[in-house]
Amino acid sequence: MAFERDLNLEATELRLGLPGTQESRSNKRSLPDMNIVDDQGHRSGSSRVISNASDATKSEEETTPPSKTQVVGWPPIRSYRKNSLQAKKSEAEASGIYVKVSMDGAPYLRKIHLNIYNDYPELLKALEDMFKFKVGEYSESEGYNGSEFVPTYEDKDGDWMLVGDVPWEMFITSCKRLRVMKGSEARGLGCAV
Amino acid sequence: MSYSSLPEDVLEHVFSFVQSDKDRNVISLVCKSWYEIERWCRRRIFVGNCYAVSPRMAIRRFPEVRSVELKGKPHFADFNLVPEGWGGYVYPWIRAMAGGYPWLEELKLKRMVVTDESLELIAKSLKNFKVLVLSSCEGFSTHGLAAIAADCKNLKELDLWESDVEDPSGNWLSKFPDTCTSLVSLNIACLGSEVSFSALERLVVRCPNLRTLRLNRAVPLEKLAHLLRQAPQLVELGTGTYSADLRPDIFSNLAGAFSGCKELKSLSGFWDVVPAYLPAVYSVCSGLTTLNLSYATIQSPDLIKLVSQCPKLQCLWVLDYIEDSGLEALAATCKDLRELRVFPSEPFGDEPNVSLTEQGLVLVSEGCPKLESVLYFCRRMSNDALVTIAKNRPSMIRFRLCIIDPQTPDYLTLEPLDVGFGAIVQHCKDLRRLSLSGLLTDRVFEYIGTYAKKLEMLSVAFAGESDLGLHHVLSGCDSLRKLEIMDCPFGDKALLANAAKLETMRSLWMSSCSVSFEACKLLGQKMPRLNVEVIDESGPPDSRPELPVKKLYIYRTVTGRRIDMPGFVWNVGEDSALRLS
Repeated sequence: MAFERDLNLEATELRLGLPGTQESRSNKRSLPDMNIVDDQGHRSGSSRVISNASDATKSEEETTPPSKTQVVGWPPIRSYRKNSLQAKKSEAEASGIYVKVSMDGAPYLRKIHLNIYNDYPELLKALEDMFKFKVGEYSESEGYNGSEFVPTYEDKDGDWMLVGDVPWEMFITSCKRLRVMKGSEARGLGCAV
Repeated sequence: MSYSSLPEDVLEHVFSFVQSDKDRNVISLVCKSWYEIERWCRRRIFVGNCYAVSPRMAIRRFPEVRSVELKGKPHFADFNLVPEGWGGYVYPWIRAMAGGYPWLEELKLKRMVVTDESLELIAKSLKNFKVLVLSSCEGFSTHGLAAIAADCKNLKELDLWESDVEDPSGNWLSKFPDTCTSLVSLNIACLGSEVSFSALERLVVRCPNLRTLRLNRAVPLEKLAHLLRQAPQLVELGTGTYSADLRPDIFSNLAGAFSGCKELKSLSGFWDVVPAYLPAVYSVCSGLTTLNLSYATIQSPDLIKLVSQCPKLQCLWVLDYIEDSGLEALAATCKDLRELRVFPSEPFGDEPNVSLTEQGLVLVSEGCPKLESVLYFCRRMSNDALVTIAKNRPSMIRFRLCIIDPQTPDYLTLEPLDVGFGAIVQHCKDLRRLSLSGLLTDRVFEYIGTYAKKLEMLSVAFAGESDLGLHHVLSGCDSLRKLEIMDCPFGDKALLANAAKLETMRSLWMSSCSVSFEACKLLGQKMPRLNVEVIDESGPPDSRPELPVKKLYIYRTVTGRRIDMPGFVWNVGEDSALRLS
């Protein structure tokens, strides 16, 4: 919203480090410009507003952007089925270590429970099976070598990190989502800051 | 000797070979004496809309009926579009049948409100009662079930298919007396709470003819093997929860029990399934004809392993975890497949979570020559794919496609999907049921009106551009019985121009469309044999006549306005002005 820009919230935002510097932490190998990339090519919107038409008069006017408010009765799924699925979902999400996994180029997301894996090799094997790719050799200084696929994750602070950089226990408590990067973006990884 | 002078009992004997309602109805129209003979020997009636006729009229015309099937709420009630309290009460029917059909054996209800009082009345009054099927019903508790269990001495079938049952703790299963040995089918899958396992087991043991047993989620996997060993004759099984600690003894016990069930043709249940336990059913796979995995949250590789062992499969219900690769395996293995339903695992997610696209359906349409019934939830579709499917499977009878995002265009060309659905109705000349989705203009309705001559039920949402769309359907679809529409720009003109058509149909539902209250009133006044009901929970619709009615349900009836309408339903017929609110 406009007034936020006026207030210059950025200047007053609490963060570590001296004013005028970007956030920096040693031991973190942060990745370039993750926020700008839209990694899921989502279909552009439809020509009619989808909303519960109980208040609006039915019209063909376009409003931008088309909102995705949930419509009663759509999708046509019986409450019996919805309740069964919902119960499962809440169960999984309540445990807190349920993260989305995406891979560049794949038109779908997955979700996994991080706590069913015991260490990085298990997790990486699972990712390899899920998306049918192979990671390269990992080394602390150089990251992943020998493959155009690089597993990365977004941590609690919103930074994108290389999978494997922090101890496993720290990883599973700070990982919010996973992304397997591919190709040139992966090559943009620098060494530790 | 002319046919009309054949003795009554000969005619009655001949008629007894005619089971279909439609044919029976035709027979009854031949002449007065055939009408009389036929009505005395009709044993089974189906009332598709419980408000179309009164119980008294039904009993008066057909006095010797043994089996009654009734449906209540409109289909869109399944998706929460019909408010609580709308109607569909079965009690008046049961009260009438308690006196009029004392020898009634079967009652099958769908989308009706059934109270414990109703169930108790059945148990008390119908001495030969054998079959109770409550499909998507609500309003009753296990108290009512206890009455049925206790008093229906010849009960053969109790099926609670996806009903909403209140479960006060109560041991209703043990109310089946020890003398009850007649059970053939028991479906308690929808019950939320635990049932007494020992009562269940004793019941299973003493009913040697039991062929269908659908357990509820509360029955643990460890106990399943035990039950199966007591009932190896089962033909249809619904497991309880399919999850347990991984222990080899549990697994081998379960696998052994399954291998003893040589007659098993149908499997369902599989809640909370742990993939490691799936191989326990492998021994029965070669004989399976029906597999309902629609609550099984397992991934494609495990699904493929399972499905690849079921060459006789005719009916598969599954979640979209099966993905295109799983459907490819299905198409390769299950050449007898007639029905496929693919449900969404995350219908409210923003992004696709599985690799299931139109390709899966195309592959199945190519590989399964008997495919005739499809329900498919997906996130993208193309006209090309639909045309291919139509050409592959001209024998399709039911085609329900739900592209999850409303108004999604052809993902390749960004055009509407009119041509694709047009191909479906053009090639599939026997199509009886169709559900549309995606971006659709009036053109698709032109195709439907032109080609879908056998279409009986059409479901539409977020489609069309003008009244012309509705007009094409109402004027062109000769066999149309049920039409349900939500969020389409259809208004007064098409409705009023096709008023007469509505009397040839069972019902029309329109919600969030552009029909005015005036038009509803006109229609109600013009057509006395229709009930035109406006549903509006926020107040009387005539207080804001400039707004379109929110929900409209129109159905034909010989019995006039119903007397059980709640405050938010208005019948806008002739005497609507006199109605007290």
